[in-house]
Formats: sequence, C-alpha cells, structure tokens
Amino acid sequence: MSDPMRIRAQAQGDKTTVRVLVGHEMESGQRRDAAGKTVPAWFIQSISATWNGKPVMSAQWGPAVSKNPFMQFSFKGAKAGDKVIVTWIDNRGEKRTDEAVIT
Amino acid sequence: MNNHLTWALLGLTALLISPVASAQKTTAEGIAEYRAMLADGNPAELYEAKGEALWKQARGPKNASLEKCDLGKGAGVVKGAFVELPRFFKDTQRVQDLESRLLTCMDVQQGLDVVEIAKTRFGAGEQKNIESLVAYISGESRGMKFNLPQAHAQEKLMYEVGKKVFYLRAGPMDFSCASCHSEDNKRIRLQDLPNLTKQPGASVGFGSWPAYRVSAGDLWSMQRRLNDCYRQQRFPYPGYASDVTVALGVYMGVASKGGVSTAPALKR
Repeated sequence: MSDPMRIRAQAQGDKTTVRVLVGHEMESGQRRDAAGKTVPAWFIQSISATWNGKPVMSAQWGPAVSKNPFMQFSFKGAKAGDKVIVTWIDNRGEKRTDEAVIT
Repeated sequence: MNNHLTWALLGLTALLISPVASAQKTTAEGIAEYRAMLADGNPAELYEAKGEALWKQARGPKNASLEKCDLGKGAGVVKGAFVELPRFFKDTQRVQDLESRLLTCMDVQQGLDVVEIAKTRFGAGEQKNIESLVAYISGESRGMKFNLPQAHAQEKLMYEVGKKVFYLRAGPMDFSCASCHSEDNKRIRLQDLPNLTKQPGASVGFGSWPAYRVSAGDLWSMQRRLNDCYRQQRFPYPGYASDVTVALGVYMGVASKGGVSTAPALKR
C-alpha cells in the first residue's frame, strides 16, 4: 500500500498555489542491491491534478525524478473551499489519489 | 581629456565589479538557501504521518498499540516528551533516550522481540518503523524548548558519563566527538560543524535530529546519526540504544537547554 500524499493548496487572489509531497520509492532501475542484483525500476509515470473536475495540471515523470518527490504548481480561477484532487500512476500500475481543500 | 577618460574608465570598472561582488555568497549562505528551497517539501512529513498511524495501530503478539506507552510525561502523552528525553524512568530503573524507551514500549506493550530489533540494521524491518515513530514523536514537540530533567542521581551520572565519552579520544585516528564539535565556526568540507558543548550550537546540532537526509533518501534517527559519527571516527559502534549512546544524548540534551527543537529537520 502506498503512503498518502501531503497536499497543501493556497489561494491568493486569483492564483492558487498547490504544493504536493509524494511518498514514493522512485527506483531508477539503475541501482544494484547488496547481492549485486539490479533493483527493478519502480517510478511514477504520470501525475495529474483536477479542480472541480477540470484538469489543471498533468505531467509525465520518469526514473530521473527523486525519491519522495515534491511538486509545486499554480493555476487560476479557484477560491478557498474548493477541492484539488491529485492522482498518480506508477509503472507497476499502482494508483493513488488524494485530495485537499484550498485555504 | 585624458583625465576624463580615466575617470570614465574607473566609473565603468566600478559598475562592472559591484554587481559581481554583491552576488558572491558565503558557502553557509548558499547551503542555507538550498535548505530553504527544500524545506517547503520536507519528506520528513511523510514519515511523521506514517509514524502517527503506527503509534495508533495495534501490532505485535499482544496486538496492542503504543498509545499506553509512557515517554516520560505519562502514559500516551506524546506532546512535549521529546524535548525532555533522555530521562530517568522508574519502571526500568534506567535513563533512556527516545529509541531505547520505544524498545521498552514495543516489548512491554506489544510483545515484540526488541533484542532482534536492536540487532536489525538501520532502515530495514522494524527499524524502518522506528524511524517513522521517532519522526512523529519528535514532530509533536517541534518549536518547543529543550528542558532535560537533571534531578535524579542517575540523570546526573549519565550527564557526567556522556561528557567523558564526548571528550574521549581513541581509535586509529585518535578522535573524539570533541575533535570536531567543541569549537565555534568549524566545518567539514561544506558542512558547518555545530559546537555541541554549549548554546546555540548544541540545540542546532542535537535539536535537528531525527532528520530527513536528502543524500540518503531516508529519515535518520539520533541513534543512526550517532552510529555514523562513530563510523567516521573509525570507532566500533557501541550498539543500538546502548547506555553510552544514551549518555551522549543526555550530555548534548542538557547542553541544548533552552534551545528550540526543529526535529524532524531536513539535511543535505
């Protein structure tokens, strides 16, 4: 089971800034374990965010993104009390969705 | 004419030099800026959340949570416990730091095999859970001031032992903790070395562990930090949650009195 994301969304005027801390191993597939065997790649492939059902951000990630990545983006139009929903899918097909209320 | 040209050239030179000079930063400022950029998304938060869930989750052969665990401020009280540890515990008749106390609770409350846990390498198995637990417990005291009790004779004794160990020079390099950590404004490569013998250095150093180490991609507990200090000194590690490491904790903790705890912090 994957760990929950920490999402903070703050509205300032017309602009909403969203900060997301994602808990993920993000194995590059380039590392070897103590026994010399390659650690299989395991990373988030796509991550997206919606506000009121509308997509506001989507990104494709690869093995070069760090472990426990931090992401920040902003968009226009939202107000305090609205919900932002973030979803990621990794290369194993695992999925995680978390949401936050804009403050 | 000649004079004019000279002045104009001088003026131009001054213009060229000044923005460069002001852009120069000290190494410490550069590192501080890097930390500030990272601080917004300190992955230690993920460990805190995990630790809180673990604290409340019934586990082990006794299928119990740690919510009855006494960290020094009464059964189940987490807030403010971290800044008063290590301290003397009546039930075990020992001075214990956060991690040795957690072992006691995992043994008594949950019935887990703590001898095995103490032998487990850092970052594996139950040790991984301890990392999350210490992140949660220390996080609950974030911003509070260190105030270790020194009333009990055992606590005073541990302080003296810790002080001795801190200054003990040994090993193939004839090193002690004090070799690096007893003077102001020292650094190792690019890292500032806090002076752990007095304030404000003591709480800057002691008060920031447990911390998430970006270079390790993991949250390090105080015990793991000490383990690495001993490795760097080419000492054999005294053992997980051993009395020597607890004594060092007492010494550094007492020296941190009044300093603010920032744990779980973020390290390079």
